[in-house]
Amino acid sequence: MSLDPLILVFALGVIARLLRSDLRFPEPVYEALSIYLLLAIGLKGGVELSHQPLAQVALPAVFAVFAGFALPFLLFPLLLHGVRLKRADAASVAAHYGSVSVVTFAIGSAFLQQRAIPYESFMPVLLALMEAPGILAGVVLARAGGTGGASVYREVAVNKGVVLLIGGIAIGWMIGAEGFQPLKPVFGDLFRGLLAIYLLELGLVVGGRVPDLRRAGVRLVVFGLATPLVMGALGVLLGQALLGLSVGGSILFGVLLASASYIAAPAAMRMAVPEANPALGISAALAVTFPFNVFVNIPLLVWLGGQL
Amino acid sequence: MSLQTHRRCQLTLIAEYVLEERLIALVGRLGAHGYTVHEVRGGSFDADGEHRREGAGDTDRTIEMKVICKRAVAEAIAQQVIAQFGPHFSVRLLLSEVEILRPAKY
Repeated sequence: MSLDPLILVFALGVIARLLRSDLRFPEPVYEALSIYLLLAIGLKGGVELSHQPLAQVALPAVFAVFAGFALPFLLFPLLLHGVRLKRADAASVAAHYGSVSVVTFAIGSAFLQQRAIPYESFMPVLLALMEAPGILAGVVLARAGGTGGASVYREVAVNKGVVLLIGGIAIGWMIGAEGFQPLKPVFGDLFRGLLAIYLLELGLVVGGRVPDLRRAGVRLVVFGLATPLVMGALGVLLGQALLGLSVGGSILFGVLLASASYIAAPAAMRMAVPEANPALGISAALAVTFPFNVFVNIPLLVWLGGQL
Repeated sequence: MSLQTHRRCQLTLIAEYVLEERLIALVGRLGAHGYTVHEVRGGSFDADGEHRREGAGDTDRTIEMKVICKRAVAEAIAQQVIAQFGPHFSVRLLLSEVEILRPAKY
């Protein structure tokens, strides 16, 4: 089996940064690429969804929202007593893990496509629905400690990730496959290549976060490894047993539960829980959980899905 | 003939990007007539070593906001920023005297 070029490009970014190369991406390029990826995933998901009866999506969608909201409540005591974080830090980190990583999902999808494992076309809908609930749960947990601002809920609900994914899905669903044809050269054919460029940048960012891990401590690193392992496996099992998803769909559901947000959650939690240390959540999500998912956990979940 | 100038105060805020919308609302509410924002990069040094803010993600971005206004307005903004965001956010404030040409604008 050939190595996935996406993973190699990501590794190149990490290595370049650790070697202190002067390779850097201008911030607007990073921003533009993330907007492109979110919109492309949304559009393609919406186009696929237009072929399907919406009733099929109802149960997985409701469960995905529930799982996204419940996950931080499950992780919060672990972070508080196991990792021994302060209450605000525990709420913030829990929100990162309750929300999802769009790029981890994209890599998981690419992994399945490369191995010709089919999955339900509505999976991007679950991705979109799982972006906000985990963050909202984190705000609720933090509020229980008496912090937070009034506008935080609105900001989470309309953050750029949610707007682009939900908006993309809605547009894709309305235009269907025929309407998507003129957009396909940009949003379809270029997707993998642009994802590779994004992953190069992400590798540079992850490499830059490595020193933060020393400050974060061993317990948080263990949490960042154990959480995706357990939640990913649980997601695959629940996907098949409870939601009746296909092997590919349940693997992607596992990937969603295993992933941690490093775009939407950090910014939202910075405002919702200002007293929390913002480096903890983003370092764990980006420098521990993201590479672990890419290099180890996604192949493990694919293997697990095949055993069931 | 020499140019007629007027003295005003320039308040420069170097702050986390996530505060931008709140700072804009705040300076407007406290009576500033306008502002300028641009993105900057920076870092700091402490016992743990170097901390760079390179703009990799919204929580890593830094803005510099300039507000030219009357001294009393600048002081009110500075006090409010320190009280509201000082405890938990990275914010730097600088006050300087500047000469402006059109006093009605500031």
